[in-house]
Amino acid sequence: MTRDQTLQAPTYDCRKAFAEELLEMAREDERIVAVCNDSVGSSNLTSFREEFPDRLINVGIAEQDLVGVGAGLANGGMIPFVSAAAPFLTGRALEQIKADVAYSRARVVLCGQSPGMAYGELGPTHHSIEDLSWIRAVADLPIVVPADPNETRAVVRWAATSGGPSYLRIGRHPVPALGGEPRPFVLGRSTQVRPGRSATVIAVGTLVSRALDAADLLSAEGIDLRVINMSTIEPLDAEAVLRAADETGAVVTAEEATTTGGLGAAVATLLAQHRPVPMRILGVPRQFAPTGSTDFLLDHFGLTANGIADAARAVLRHG
Amino acid sequence: MLSVDVTRAEQFRISRQRLAERGRDATLQAIEDLARRVRLSDLEMIGRARLGHIGGDFSVVDILATLYGAVLNVDPARPDDPERDRFVLSKGHSAGALYATLAHCGFFPLAELESFAQPLSALNGHPNRTKVPGVETNTGPLGHGFPVAVGCALAAKLQGSRRRTFVVLGDGELQEGSNWEAAMTASHYDLASLTAIVDRNRLQQGARTEETKQLEPLADKWSSFGWEVRVVDGHEYAELLSSLDPSSTGRPACVIANTVKGRGVSFMEDRVEWHHKVPTAEQVVAAREELSA
Repeated sequence: MTRDQTLQAPTYDCRKAFAEELLEMAREDERIVAVCNDSVGSSNLTSFREEFPDRLINVGIAEQDLVGVGAGLANGGMIPFVSAAAPFLTGRALEQIKADVAYSRARVVLCGQSPGMAYGELGPTHHSIEDLSWIRAVADLPIVVPADPNETRAVVRWAATSGGPSYLRIGRHPVPALGGEPRPFVLGRSTQVRPGRSATVIAVGTLVSRALDAADLLSAEGIDLRVINMSTIEPLDAEAVLRAADETGAVVTAEEATTTGGLGAAVATLLAQHRPVPMRILGVPRQFAPTGSTDFLLDHFGLTANGIADAARAVLRHG
Repeated sequence: MLSVDVTRAEQFRISRQRLAERGRDATLQAIEDLARRVRLSDLEMIGRARLGHIGGDFSVVDILATLYGAVLNVDPARPDDPERDRFVLSKGHSAGALYATLAHCGFFPLAELESFAQPLSALNGHPNRTKVPGVETNTGPLGHGFPVAVGCALAAKLQGSRRRTFVVLGDGELQEGSNWEAAMTASHYDLASLTAIVDRNRLQQGARTEETKQLEPLADKWSSFGWEVRVVDGHEYAELLSSLDPSSTGRPACVIANTVKGRGVSFMEDRVEWHHKVPTAEQVVAAREELSA
């Protein structure tokens, strides 16, 4: 798909795919429950509530209780999908995520909705750019960031059957479908969405399609960019990262999150110790965003096709 | 994960069966006996490890002994039984008392108590469900166990199960707001199978609860949140046992158990410093004598 095609392609809110797949699975498995914090609407759970009113647990505006109740439901043999806006789920209930879910190895699927800067003008209180850093610091908790509707469906299905806890980042900002046949999600396995030899962009979520657009921009300049969708941030697909470093010699990471502890930090930690190659880390620097729409803020922080292309040019030119 | 003490687990099962036949006095005697053994074991554990929370352990022991001695429908040989009653110790710093109780019931060998807080022991300073059978969730930070217990009770309700859920909360712990979130949820969902027991020893780490941040009128607080409230002497086994009967109103039940921190050892009772003070060798001897009397 060329850049123009991508820009014109229809885009999707991944929360819809999340909600549809969850409802489908709830029909197949009566252990599945949705747990939310007055977020029935924003988590797209209205249909779920209509079909399974008893299995939609709404604890009200109470995120600590939300996550603790989820852990208890898991203890009692249910498969809870604990769903809330990502900033409140991960920020307010971080200690419950650590102690009740990860450390207790409770089979809770934590669903952070509308992450990154999806809430644009609502401001930094409602942005969830710290979540990847926070959750990455917690042991034994996989972090999965699907990049399009098909992958969102596959990830939701995987999470219900994984047998352990997980944190899913469910995007709200519209993204194009990445193409390809739907296939089962495998934890820790990335997808190379574009082959290339000059340099590699490793991206997650909203930034994957933008990385593809960057590759189209650069191909006219003779730069052949590899693009990897690193849907699993923990555990990282180390093999794919090391191979990219070996074969392309330069790496750019891109994420709608702070640069302090998410994808870029995970990739840098690996490469610095095993394959030191020139790198650029794109994301939100350690600052609170100014007022603006999601698109404005993505532009503001260079999280665009042009921003990624600039970073690739720079890493190739200057190392 | 520690494994079951087969002999002791079988004794536990038989003892619980016989109690049903032998009546209430025998039951109360068995609870008292379990409580004495738990206090003595906990004293030795803390004396050996040189750390622990002996004050809060000794205030909660009689509650634990009543639950495990006569109330909880659990089988130490089958700690994963889906239909077991759930017990959550939200005041996780009383891990010593919980470990000693579980060991005396046969969930794991008594000898394991000697490893308490030693390097690589399963018996951490706070309980870990992935290592210690009988532990339902990892507690330690306060205000965590109650929401988890609410989830356990919700699961039972969704499944149409009659199993019960019990959670023990410290009184100081009630200063954590998450508990009141959980109290509202349990009430909203009419979780009559859930019993919350407050270990009301009136002391917290630094001072009396009422000097630190006032909890009273505590019974009114629970009532206003929609709970059926029972206030009892937390060291009187007959009162405790009756208070743990299933809810009669369809509401979740709260037992406010008035207790004494350090209960059973004269020089520890109701003294703030024994929150986590460790007895000297001489004090261990003196305490052992009092507890054995």
